Amino acid sequence: MGLLSGKTLLVTGVITDSSIAFHAARAAQEHGARVVLTGYGRLSLVQRIARRLPEPAPVVELDVTDDGHLATLADRIGEHTDRIDGVLHSVAFAPPGALDGNFLSTSWDEAATTLRISTYSLQALTTAVLPLMDRGGSVVGLDFDASTAWSGYDWMGVAKAGLESCTRYLASHLGARGVRVNLVAAGPLLTMAARSISPSAEAEGAAPFGAEWAERSPLGWDPADFEPVARACVALLSDLFPATTGEIVHVDGGAHAIGDRPARVPAKAAR
Amino acid sequence: MAIDLNEILTGLSEIVNEVTGTPVADIQPDKSFVDELDVDSLSMVEVIVSAEERFDIRIPEEEAKSFKTVRDAADYILLHAK
Repeated sequence: MGLLSGKTLLVTGVITDSSIAFHAARAAQEHGARVVLTGYGRLSLVQRIARRLPEPAPVVELDVTDDGHLATLADRIGEHTDRIDGVLHSVAFAPPGALDGNFLSTSWDEAATTLRISTYSLQALTTAVLPLMDRGGSVVGLDFDASTAWSGYDWMGVAKAGLESCTRYLASHLGARGVRVNLVAAGPLLTMAARSISPSAEAEGAAPFGAEWAERSPLGWDPADFEPVARACVALLSDLFPATTGEIVHVDGGAHAIGDRPARVPAKAAR
Repeated sequence: MAIDLNEILTGLSEIVNEVTGTPVADIQPDKSFVDELDVDSLSMVEVIVSAEERFDIRIPEEEAKSFKTVRDAADYILLHAK
């Protein structure tokens, strides 16, 4: 019996096989879940990527800013399953003007787009799927720790802070229906989105992407390893956290808990 | 049986045509994906994923980022195809 046997999950945010959501969907299938994907924009691409999962997964179109898509989402998912037990929200976008040091000059339109897609969409998606979750369920979103400011992240950081709060309010409103809402705050991962936010991260001479994070993490951190985050999503979507909601689980090598670490004394000097 | 460069170029132009709608006749080896063939970053991902399926290879994202023209992609595929 897999942790997710008998469960059907809705997974958003798969666009390539380096999407966090792709790895979460794969891990969920490996743990016995049936998966329905949503696709945005290039559906043919999402369908191709869906074929790379261990089991074929149907793809339902969803633009989280399209009220028509949201209004019909439950019906369209209903063509594939009569209920949903869990939802993975892996949706975020900010226009270039809202990122990469442009915080002070970001227009309201740019900020609004960022917040609508990256924050409000958690409420929009969850409520759209709610008719299929009448037996309770688990909603998991993907976060990047928003308790401090990060260079280059700018309005996406504001959106993630909002996402953290949105999670708590959804938890508050949906607890009575048996729906849990939690976030996984991941360390930096080499997704297509990360590559486009920090192109300089791969530039000649720059420190390797995630190197500083790895340095601060007691457990170390590999930005190319999606497995820890995928497994945390599986765990939160399973029945193993029945009394946990409104929570942020950090899957970041422990970096969030560390101010600085004891200097590593060379073995010789320590004698 | 080894695949030759012309077959790869033909395959790539069919893929770019399918993804972007650009007529096959306009998809010449020295055309730039981004500047001349209307391939944005997401379309490029789809071109690469299609090429991986068609030619049965894996093209890492770091490599794909360095493809400026259709020929760049074809050369990589020629070098790595089984």
